[in-house]
This record gives sequence, C-alpha cells and structure tokens, in this order.
Amino acid sequence: MDESLAITWRRIPERYRLEGSACSKCSSNFFPPRKLCPTCRRKGTISAKTFCGKGKIYSFTEIFSPPGGFELEAPYTIAIVQLEEGPKITAQITAPHGEIKIGDPVEMVFRKIQEDGEEGLIHYGFKFRLVK
Amino acid sequence: MRKVAIIGAGMTKFGEEWNRGFRDLIIEAGKAALEDSKLPGEDIEALYVGTMASGSLIGQEHAGALIADFMGLTPIPSTRVEAACASGGVALRQGFMAVASGMHDIVVVGGVEKMTDVTGGNVALALGGAGDQEWELFTGATFPGIYAMMARRHMLEYGTTEEQLAAAAVKNHKNASMNKFAQFQNEITIETVMKSKQVASPLKVFDCSPVTDGAAAIVLCPLEKAKKLCEKPIEIVASAQASDTLALHDRKSLSSVYATQVAAKKAYEMAKVSPKDIDVAEVHDCFTIGEIMAIEDLGFFPKGKGGKATEDGKTALNSEISINTSGGLKGCGHPVGATGIKQAVEIAWQLRGSAGARAAKDAEIGLTHNVGGSGATAVVHIYKKAF
Repeated sequence: MDESLAITWRRIPERYRLEGSACSKCSSNFFPPRKLCPTCRRKGTISAKTFCGKGKIYSFTEIFSPPGGFELEAPYTIAIVQLEEGPKITAQITAPHGEIKIGDPVEMVFRKIQEDGEEGLIHYGFKFRLVK
Repeated sequence: MRKVAIIGAGMTKFGEEWNRGFRDLIIEAGKAALEDSKLPGEDIEALYVGTMASGSLIGQEHAGALIADFMGLTPIPSTRVEAACASGGVALRQGFMAVASGMHDIVVVGGVEKMTDVTGGNVALALGGAGDQEWELFTGATFPGIYAMMARRHMLEYGTTEEQLAAAAVKNHKNASMNKFAQFQNEITIETVMKSKQVASPLKVFDCSPVTDGAAAIVLCPLEKAKKLCEKPIEIVASAQASDTLALHDRKSLSSVYATQVAAKKAYEMAKVSPKDIDVAEVHDCFTIGEIMAIEDLGFFPKGKGGKATEDGKTALNSEISINTSGGLKGCGHPVGATGIKQAVEIAWQLRGSAGARAAKDAEIGLTHNVGGSGATAVVHIYKKAF
C-alpha cells in the first residue's frame, strides 16, 4: 500500500529505532507501542521504551508470492522474532531461508523495506540478521 | 430472546465468474434464497450483507444501499458488515440478533465478494487488510505467509507433517467433486499437493484456498413462524463470536486460534451440546493448517491430533465427523465475504437432507466456523433440524 509522507514520518521512531512502549504498573513491554495497556487499561502508566534489537526466531516462512511492491525481492524470508524484552514482532530476515531455524539468535539491522513506485517514497525500517 | 430459524437458502456457483459482477452475484443468491423460502420480497424487513473488501476490489463502498437498490428492496434498512474473512459469519450473527430480539421478523442475510476484477497482486494487498497493515503487511508478509508461520509452529510443537496438511486439501477436493456449486470439482492426490509450487513455505498452492467470485444468502425468521411457513425449518441454536489481537505476533500461541476456542465454548453452552454431538461441520480452511487447527480448537479432536485424524480419514464424509462437505474454502472456493453464509447454506442443505451425493447421513446437528484474518475474529453457529 502506498503510504503518505505523514505516516512514514510519524513511524520513524518505531521503524528506525525500535521504539515501543511499556506499562510500569504491570511491567509489560509493547512493540509496536500501545498507548493503552490491554491488562491495566486506564489504570496503567505507559511510557516510551527502546528495545535492544536482540531476539530469537519464533517462526518463519519464505515468501514466493509477494504482494505488490515486493515483486523484485521474492523469494524472501519473513519471521516472527521474539525480542529479549518479551514482545514478538514480524520482520524480514536477511539470511536465506535454508540457513535459519526456530530458536536462532538474531539482531535488528536498518534496511530499505520497500519503494512506492518510480516516483514514490522509499520506506526504511528494521530487518533482522543472524548472530553468528 | 426468540428462537430463530433458517427458512430459505441459496448461492451462486463459486468460481472465476468473469461474465458476472458484484451486483449480479448477490442478486442471484438473494433470489435463490427467497425462492427457496417461497416468500414474497415485500415481506423482507431488513438486509445484512457481509463483504470484506469491495472498496479495494471493485472500488465500491456503501454496499448495503447498493444491494437494497439493485434487489428492488428500498427503502428497507440494509447494512454492510465487515470482519475480514469472517464478514459473512458476523453478518449472520447480526441477522440472528435482529430476529431473536424481536426487532424484525423476516431478515435476509447475504455475503458476496467479487475478486477477479483486479490483478493478483492487488488481491493480495486487499486481503492483507485482514491483518495488521502497519506491522505485519508493511514488512512484506502475506496471508499465506502468516498461516505458514502458524503451520511451522504446529509442526514443531505437535509433529504435524506436510502430508497431513495435504490430506485436508485432498479430502476437500473430493467433497467438492460432488458439489455443483464448487469452484474445483476435480479430485487431487497427496502428490498433487506436495509437488505444487511453493507459496509461503511450508504452504504450497494446493494448501491455499483460491481467489473466487461468488455470493450466498439465507432467509431468517422466528422459529414459531417458520414452522407455519415451511416444511423443513433449521433452527440456529447458538451464535457466538470472539475477538483476539489483530496481529498474529501478539498471540500467546501460534498453533491454535484462541478466538475459535472462546467462541466454540460459548456456542456449545448456548446450544447445550458438546463437540461429540456435532454430525457435520463447515470449518474455516483458508489454508490447510486452518482446518487442522479448527478441528482441534472446536474440540472435535485433542490439540495436536488434528493432522493425524485428517490423515486417517476421520474427517471424511460419513466418517467420525463430516468436515467441509461443501468442499470447504479450498475446494468450493473462498469469495471472502460470502464464505460465512455459504457455510450456513451448506449446513441447512445437509440437515434438510438435500445435499445429494455428498449427504452426511442422518445429520441432526451442524456447526459453522468462520475466521477473520489469522484469528482476530472467530464466529461459531450451531444448527438443529426443527422438523
């Protein structure tokens, strides 16, 4: 989906630096950030939290039929990564599919994610690479 | 709360219906349902229609009014319902509540999706909206990819194999071969599935439901009135719905669908039946792993045993429990918004004894299970013969 400049700009802290949030009342961490703690709701206290970018592969797949905008990348590896601080997130893995397995340690890297056509924006964000 | 019954059911042929548009499909299904009920259109008091992505797929929103208009049913209230792939099931629940509450007597509930008017990449983008656009789809994940990650966890945690997943597709194609409304009426083998092209490993083309055009509709009314109006009313004895996190990555477990477990528990309580009482069920097999998880989460088989049960033929027609007699989403096709209603149409036909060659013998109690996205919405309905 072609995104406007506004959302691209608004998402910079999360997509470039893994800034999420945390609830100090129940000690839960959230990525992507939540403005309302689903456990404590209005009684919770939410503040920003930057994640360290280290985690483990929880599940993964290799995408052969990509959505619009990713045609040139396919096949590529998508995983759900469990971050050290708790939350799980969806991201691309830079290593080929055959080289990874569930439980492998990974770390965040800053990469180009997609482009909106010839004249559109270039979207950057996080991917993860294997930690040797 | 009043008891509610189905008194009419109808659907279009599912498939790549290039010569028919959105309006043609829902009108055909609506007419078929109404003719089945033998009621005049003037008796209809309200319409509910499930459609997931008419905006992305044909550039058309405001589908409720459009359908009332082209069915010649203005000025009755007409409401479009959207819950991704569970749009049909949620629309059915809205219709059920409208009749149960006493607000309306005769209600038509439809579901429709026109998917082949845009190219494949655009269909993938539109369906992606069933997940978390900003945090799943932005990364390049697709729906087959999301279900593939569920499959990989199920395989790790329970030892489920790719061949066991394939067995669900083989069984559903066999059922579809006996359904003249089905998109695919050809039988396939395990080898067909295993040798088909990778879509999102470990899922292959034959693990995935297709892109489909189609519509389905049912007519609802209070049970007491239904007994006077038709010979074979089907009572809806339970309607339950549950929600979960939109994104798969936020779930505690990837190898089960929690919303299905919650909706199923509520539905069994409401209907005062248990999973072993269900004779025939239409479950949400958008991908083969979806059916394996569904038959576990609905309580038909213990957690982790769904793959083995399918491989052993326990879900085949007239075995332990007849699962997806229509051919399911895989064999019959998956016009997203229509699926939840098609499931109800199939169960109505099964319980009335009009399912022909694919009849589940002596079926008394049926169940439908409709899932939105990767499990953020689940809807379960239970049906009983009322004649």
